[in-house]
Amino acid sequence: MKGLSVSKAVTALMLAGLVLLPLYSQLSGNIFILTLFTRIIILALAAASLNLIMGFGGMMSFGHAAYLGIGGYAVGMLAQEGIGSGFIQFPVALAASAIYALVIGALSLRTRGVYFIMITLAFAQMAYYVASGLARYGGDDGLTIYNRSDFSGLVNLGNRVQFYYLCLACLFGVIFLIWRIVNSRFGLVVQGLRSNEQRMQAIGFPAKRYQLVCFVISGTMCGLAGALLANNTDFVSPAVMYWTRSGDLMVMVILGGMGTLFGPIMGAVVFLLLEEFLSQITEYWALIMGPLLLLIVLFGRGGIMGVLGRAGRG
Amino acid sequence: MAEPLLRVEKLVRRFGGIIATDNVSLDVASGELHAIIGPNGAGKTTLISQLTGHLAPHSGSVLLAGRDITYLPAYRRCALGLARSFQITSLLLDFTAADNVALAAQAHAGTSFRFFANARKERSLRDAAHAALDRVGLGHRADVVVNRLSHGERRELELAVALASKPKLLLLDEPMAGLGVTESQRMVKLLQELRKEVSIVLVEHDMPAVFALADRITVLVYGRVIASGDPAAIRANEDVKRAYLGDQHVVTHHG
Repeated sequence: MKGLSVSKAVTALMLAGLVLLPLYSQLSGNIFILTLFTRIIILALAAASLNLIMGFGGMMSFGHAAYLGIGGYAVGMLAQEGIGSGFIQFPVALAASAIYALVIGALSLRTRGVYFIMITLAFAQMAYYVASGLARYGGDDGLTIYNRSDFSGLVNLGNRVQFYYLCLACLFGVIFLIWRIVNSRFGLVVQGLRSNEQRMQAIGFPAKRYQLVCFVISGTMCGLAGALLANNTDFVSPAVMYWTRSGDLMVMVILGGMGTLFGPIMGAVVFLLLEEFLSQITEYWALIMGPLLLLIVLFGRGGIMGVLGRAGRG
Repeated sequence: MAEPLLRVEKLVRRFGGIIATDNVSLDVASGELHAIIGPNGAGKTTLISQLTGHLAPHSGSVLLAGRDITYLPAYRRCALGLARSFQITSLLLDFTAADNVALAAQAHAGTSFRFFANARKERSLRDAAHAALDRVGLGHRADVVVNRLSHGERRELELAVALASKPKLLLLDEPMAGLGVTESQRMVKLLQELRKEVSIVLVEHDMPAVFALADRITVLVYGRVIASGDPAAIRANEDVKRAYLGDQHVVTHHG
């Protein structure tokens, strides 16, 4: 039980830190840290959504960044066409992501293992090239968003602190949903399928439809992250969908601890902070980051959450 | 004669040039414990796999209570009342014993597209799980993760999982496999209890157990049925003795 309390304490500390960060930023006048953490929170949301299918569902999707692009382009393209209302942009972003997930999932889930990884990667790369070809919306160069989503006074996305808290609320909301889902009937079936698909079929569960629904839920959640990310950068480009970005998301999940509720947040915070500070020290930061991640994956089974759990047990 | 619960008609399954199931026909009456025996490589597991839907036959048919299930997927057969245990234990290793059984109960109690309520707090599912665990003598191990259960306990858990779906017919693929002497005896006792409630098809190597339990025995050799009848008839059958029983003394001396 003590092991649980160590990881719980660290998690609580981290969450409290995230909630209080704008206060610190305001007191210290450090605006940069607020911008940085807004990005971290958005990508933590994306990692959490990936964790739902990868950690709990056992579906190794290597194309999750596609939803960041789809959510982002939904916002950007609508803004470009003069539809600035967030009440339209965000639902469209979620719906587009859901539809993409439904189609991709229906096709990809016919395969297993390595093939599933490769096919999800292939679809994401297709999305990347489609976005590159959208000449009207900037093509390769991407699309600048001149006005952030307008929620008619409800929240002002132009205000750094308000936007930060909107992102944080979205993250907590998604974590709450995932928590409910993984303990629900549906969640137990999905986790059972990860554990032993043959057994689940034998006791009467058709595997694919549960996995597909899970895939769609996850994609929709990540589409939300995409819509937020586009607002954060005032810009969306095919680069957000590139396969290395999907890889980053996977690393965050594995680093934090697959199949744990708060692991992806932990992973995103550590990964992106490392990236930020190492890249300040040296241009060749990836040379340090790579081996570091290797060590964590090799020796820290279960990611950071796993290590914290064991540390507590002694 | 009343309609048999399970009817297998002229089932054929080939692997390349080998005929693993060669025109197999058999009936299992309601309430019967029907054993399928045969030497290694006789095609017992191939036959069972076709009954459970993990393998499709090349021809022939399988009927459950008069309904053709030959080409139904495994999960649909289960919904119709066919449950199985696996020869090599197949459980959700990172779930507790109770979770394993509760999921089987859940599969037969309404939709599982429920996303919000905590399934582990559903009284009816938990009660069903504990009832099935008590039934096989695992009640005290309900909250143990399967990884930490002994082999014998896992075999019993397999049974509990199968029972939780309230099947009409239980297909048991070598439930004694790998069990020690005392564990085997416990399993035989357990099956003797269960057979009062549910029809069973039992594939088993353990001859004393088979002859102690079965109402009828079908003997399979090289994919073919060479004999079918009650234990006494099988024991006396010359073909069976010749083809199958290098260990005929086992049959004549036990049971």
